[in-house]
Amino acid sequence: MAFVSSGYNPDKPMENRITDIGPKHYEAFYPPVIKKNKGKWLYHEIIEPGVLVHKAESGDECYSVRVGGARLMSVSHIREICEIADKHCDGYLRFTTRNNIEFMVDSKDKVEPLKQDLLSRKQQGGCYKFPVGGTGAGVTNIIHTQGWIHCHTPATDASGPVKATMDVLFDDFTNMRLPAQLRVSLACCLNMCGAVHCSDIAILGYHRKPPMLDHEYLDKMCEIPLAIAACPTAAIKPAKVELPNGETVKSVAVNNDRCMFCGNCYTMCPSMPLADTEGDGIVIMAGGKVSNRISAPKFSKVVVAFLPNEAPRWPSTTSCIKNIVEAYAKGANKYERLGEWAERIGWERFFEKCELEFTHHLIDDFRDPAYNTWRQTSQFKF
Amino acid sequence: MAKHETPLLDQLETGPWPSFVTDLKREAESRAKNEKGIEYQIPQDVCEDLLGVLELSFKHGRTHWKHGGIVGVFGYGGGVIGRYCDQPEQFPGVAHFHTMRINQPGGKFYTTEYLKDLCDLWEFRGSGITNMHGSTGDIIFLGTTTPQLEEIFYELTHKYNQDLGGSGSNLRTPSDCIGSARCEYSCYDTQAICYTLTQEYQDELHRPAFPYKFKFKFDGCPNCCVASIARADISFIGTWRDDIRIDQEAVKAYVGQELKPNGGSHTGRDWGPFDIQKEVVDLCPTKCMKYENDKLAINNKECTRCMHCINVMPRALRIGNDRGCSLLVGAKAPILDGAQMGSLLVPFIKVEEPYDEIKEVIEAIWDWWMEEGKNRERLGELIKRQGFQKLLEMTNIKPVAQHVQEPRTNPYIFWKEDEVEGGFERDINEFRKYHQR
Repeated sequence: MAFVSSGYNPDKPMENRITDIGPKHYEAFYPPVIKKNKGKWLYHEIIEPGVLVHKAESGDECYSVRVGGARLMSVSHIREICEIADKHCDGYLRFTTRNNIEFMVDSKDKVEPLKQDLLSRKQQGGCYKFPVGGTGAGVTNIIHTQGWIHCHTPATDASGPVKATMDVLFDDFTNMRLPAQLRVSLACCLNMCGAVHCSDIAILGYHRKPPMLDHEYLDKMCEIPLAIAACPTAAIKPAKVELPNGETVKSVAVNNDRCMFCGNCYTMCPSMPLADTEGDGIVIMAGGKVSNRISAPKFSKVVVAFLPNEAPRWPSTTSCIKNIVEAYAKGANKYERLGEWAERIGWERFFEKCELEFTHHLIDDFRDPAYNTWRQTSQFKF
Repeated sequence: MAKHETPLLDQLETGPWPSFVTDLKREAESRAKNEKGIEYQIPQDVCEDLLGVLELSFKHGRTHWKHGGIVGVFGYGGGVIGRYCDQPEQFPGVAHFHTMRINQPGGKFYTTEYLKDLCDLWEFRGSGITNMHGSTGDIIFLGTTTPQLEEIFYELTHKYNQDLGGSGSNLRTPSDCIGSARCEYSCYDTQAICYTLTQEYQDELHRPAFPYKFKFKFDGCPNCCVASIARADISFIGTWRDDIRIDQEAVKAYVGQELKPNGGSHTGRDWGPFDIQKEVVDLCPTKCMKYENDKLAINNKECTRCMHCINVMPRALRIGNDRGCSLLVGAKAPILDGAQMGSLLVPFIKVEEPYDEIKEVIEAIWDWWMEEGKNRERLGELIKRQGFQKLLEMTNIKPVAQHVQEPRTNPYIFWKEDEVEGGFERDINEFRKYHQR
């Protein structure tokens, strides 16, 4: 493997340097039907699961076939996407905000050959490469974070639980039988790169053990004041510690009773790792949304305090989610999002319908907003 | 023959959903065969070692990646995230495995020509593994070595006219929904403003000078497909302030079952015939609609533009013509003090080039936050700490009832001296003339 220069000269980094040019201009990537009709669309319709048509004032139509993607994607896979777009879509495609891929064509007769091509492509184990769906009142693709494939702070994997969950929810990806759309999201720790906290169902990685302290290295690797300041509950204080060899070093002490396992200290100080096989796992949250439709956007609520990391297929997590989806499908009114359904029937009824156990962990005790979540009325259901 | 046994990951190669494991193996095999005779610039077996280290994580239930070091490209403080494996002897191919964030194009529209160029570059100088896309919106190049960072940046900028995105305490790569490019609900051109502001604030994006991360997200309408209200420090949500346009003939067509409600999104189940009273009028959150004598009437003054009726009858109801956006500020995920939703700051603002009015708001917010924000304090936390009033004062925005869900329930008002007649300075001796000790 011989080094091949791009032309960059490390001795003169500023020579011919180009910076601050930003992204490519979006217009260069619009398919002709989009470019022509931008801002002049009349309406859209989902003609079947995964296939949308947008009608423009000009009479033009844009048919989009939506397929799910594992957002972790190889260049070989992207080239295959390009091959399909070259064959059917004149070399244009787009991705959605939820990691789906959309292939757009400008007439209806191009839809079926495109769809058949997409569905005929399978991986060697039988998985679809390009499952068509993710539209309307169903489950669309899970947005997620990195997990064990690339992150240093996760409490669970991302791609693994997502694959396992989408396998279980697959029928609802290709069907539109639910009362409204159902957004599932995963964040592998509460840094929440995925902002999953407003999802119908959120899968959240969480630690349950306080940090271990690598006293011998802590002062060498970390700024102790930053580690202390990182703690939202003031559980960390400076400490002098005697090592087994008799040497006294500067380090920190953690008041374990005050730790809420957020991992912010570890973000600031690599000598305070929290990761643990038994301690780490998944929190299930439910009932959030970002849309302003009918009711205001809502945060998701914690409905299961902990489920273990069961690699490779996380069966407790997927069956819990499946139960919630089935109960919602059965109980909610048309157009009602999961959180709206839970609020209408009452959360006490939600736990009953979803066969979830209510435990003390689910009662908020973190700061001021906690009080507002307790019941301050004599109205409740038995 | 695979370099590492992966019995746990292998179990993710069945089932209907696309398998990332099969895909990683495909790339590993492609690199091993190297049919195109590529002079790989990072280890040829990088994908095999990636599978190996992931299998080990599946076995241990713990990650095997360490904190990032300080790596990047010259002159930028973001766009590259350093990553090292904590088992480099066992998995030398991923010992260095840095991420590069590539600023995605607006609306995530692509030509295959462009994507293939990126694939060639990334196969040659990186792992060939990507995220399409990262949570913030960037194209993510997952895994390369330190010496390749400048080379990749040089090729991106010189050959492909393409820049990196943001990371760290700076403006994160702005992102948008599909907007008016292909959506009839969009109240403004999300791609145009996203692109313009991204270009305008390149310095803020590449050179961290902020207390913490800062995100812009552009949602064309209140359906919020890009989730701006949940995660953007400034969330731009399209809206309008005149009347919903009604096509009464199309309303009748919905009532007459000729058109499918909600754009056909509920066809997977038999919900019975469409009932405009039950499904539209009664579900309106402000009860500002009525359907009488085959006519739909909307009291637009009372409408809060939730989009429900428009979503249900897109061929009959259309967004108004006097369009712009609402600015909501301070959204963030839970870490540290709990999640915050965006709070309404500017009820309505026109979204028109060159966006000067919008830039004024942005820059006033930045001035305040950069002056007062603590290290790693998001805008939403600063607003909580110093109060919404302070935000209004610093942005020179007049308080209106739209700013609150409800007025305060306590009278603990921090009156300012100039708001109270006579000021705070008083003579205690004068007071004592009338009030004995």
